[in-house]
Amino acid sequence: MQAIADKQGIKHYLVNLTVNGDEYSPVIKGNTLLVNLLRDELDLTGTKKGCEMGDCGSCTVLLDGRPVDACLVLALEADGREVTTIEGVAQHGELDRLQRSFADNAAVQCGYCTPGMILSAKALLTRNPHPTEPEVRAAIAGNLCRCTGYVNIVKAVLDAADGESISETAAECALDDASSCEEVTA
Amino acid sequence: MYLPDFDYYAPETLQEVTALLAELGPSAKPIAGGTDILVKMKSGVVTPSALVSLKNLHELRPIRWDDDRGLVIGALATHNEIRDSPVVQQHFLSLSEAAHKLANNQVRNRGTIGGNLVNAIPSADLPPLLIALGAQVTMVGPNGSRTVPLESFFTGVSCCVLEPEGEIVTEIVIPPQDTTGSTYIKFGLRKSGALAVVGVAAAVTMDDAVIRDARVCLGAVYIVPVRATQAEQLVIGKTWTDDLLEQAGRIAVGCCLPISDIRASAEYRRDLVRIFTHRALKTAITQGHV
Repeated sequence: MQAIADKQGIKHYLVNLTVNGDEYSPVIKGNTLLVNLLRDELDLTGTKKGCEMGDCGSCTVLLDGRPVDACLVLALEADGREVTTIEGVAQHGELDRLQRSFADNAAVQCGYCTPGMILSAKALLTRNPHPTEPEVRAAIAGNLCRCTGYVNIVKAVLDAADGESISETAAECALDDASSCEEVTA
Repeated sequence: MYLPDFDYYAPETLQEVTALLAELGPSAKPIAGGTDILVKMKSGVVTPSALVSLKNLHELRPIRWDDDRGLVIGALATHNEIRDSPVVQQHFLSLSEAAHKLANNQVRNRGTIGGNLVNAIPSADLPPLLIALGAQVTMVGPNGSRTVPLESFFTGVSCCVLEPEGEIVTEIVIPPQDTTGSTYIKFGLRKSGALAVVGVAAAVTMDDAVIRDARVCLGAVYIVPVRATQAEQLVIGKTWTDDLLEQAGRIAVGCCLPISDIRASAEYRRDLVRIFTHRALKTAITQGHV
């Protein structure tokens, strides 16, 4: 890994990572956390900061498709890997089925936990398209909602899962183009 | 919350990692999943001058079954990889279940079994079951490798036998055994993301209704995970009954020395040990899966 020392002797490293499909090569200090790289350097402020100790899940992002707390990942450890933030969930300006379902089910109160909730749920539905309610609850157990709006959040995830089960074609095209999906499922 | 400055290295081989750690001295720390050390660095408990990343040691990730050695788990296997591993589920389903009881999904995707052991907190979830299953830990340092039983790996709160200069855990091995049932029962203040207030693991070998062998290990009730040896001795060789297991629970209370803290009082923990020892033994005996 390429490193350059500044005047104070502190090293800066070149890191290559993909965020929401775009390649970035920022030069960062070793102590840069992934959450701070995303928010401060790449201006992707949809990823929230809560406890910053790995308890609350506000900063959840997908690292190679798996939910992780971005407050507990060194940005350097994401070198060569793929990161998905909440900004990468909607495609072509159309909300993802899961985001639509959160809106339809009033699963958002203050909204601070929502990006993390959506990404945890997204990872679950990718791996397990038809989860049971306990599976949904287990998948979002690392995301705390201080408004305690869990009932509607769980409902929204289950609804989005049901939507995907309507037709396999619909689920497949949802990956490419959310708008044409509605025609298929209608 | 920001981290202090440190140098960062990501060597390509195990040899380079141990050599670099030895060269940099004890102020350099290895980092695997980072879910413990980064929290400690944020709160100022540790302030390493350098972090040596283990992320390129791909050979320490796989989980495999070896007919002679048993279940071989690479130290960098994450908790979710252990939970989801078909090999683990086939041979030691209880370990897959125990891995799911730890922290939350995000942490389980980063945290590793090696890190869980080296962090050496008394409430760690994997050690009681691993000890009950007779696991061995292999460490590699600049002077070669050595293997110790996990039972003698921990030396105190956040302390273990690992040499601070260059030694890292590489493998955890659970030997082949005729254990007929095992389980880990945890009491936390929440279902997810909570440390164990008490955790009890039991592994038994049954001849029909007779307990041929039993191992019980208690977590979060002493400075290290501790075997309830007297309780084991009570039940070995006897036909199991609820009364016998209840008595074993009462004896297990004498094997631990819990503290009172923000999560529970010592009295409450002792009571949990009594009930959970009974319950863990019964589950291991009746449920049957290893």
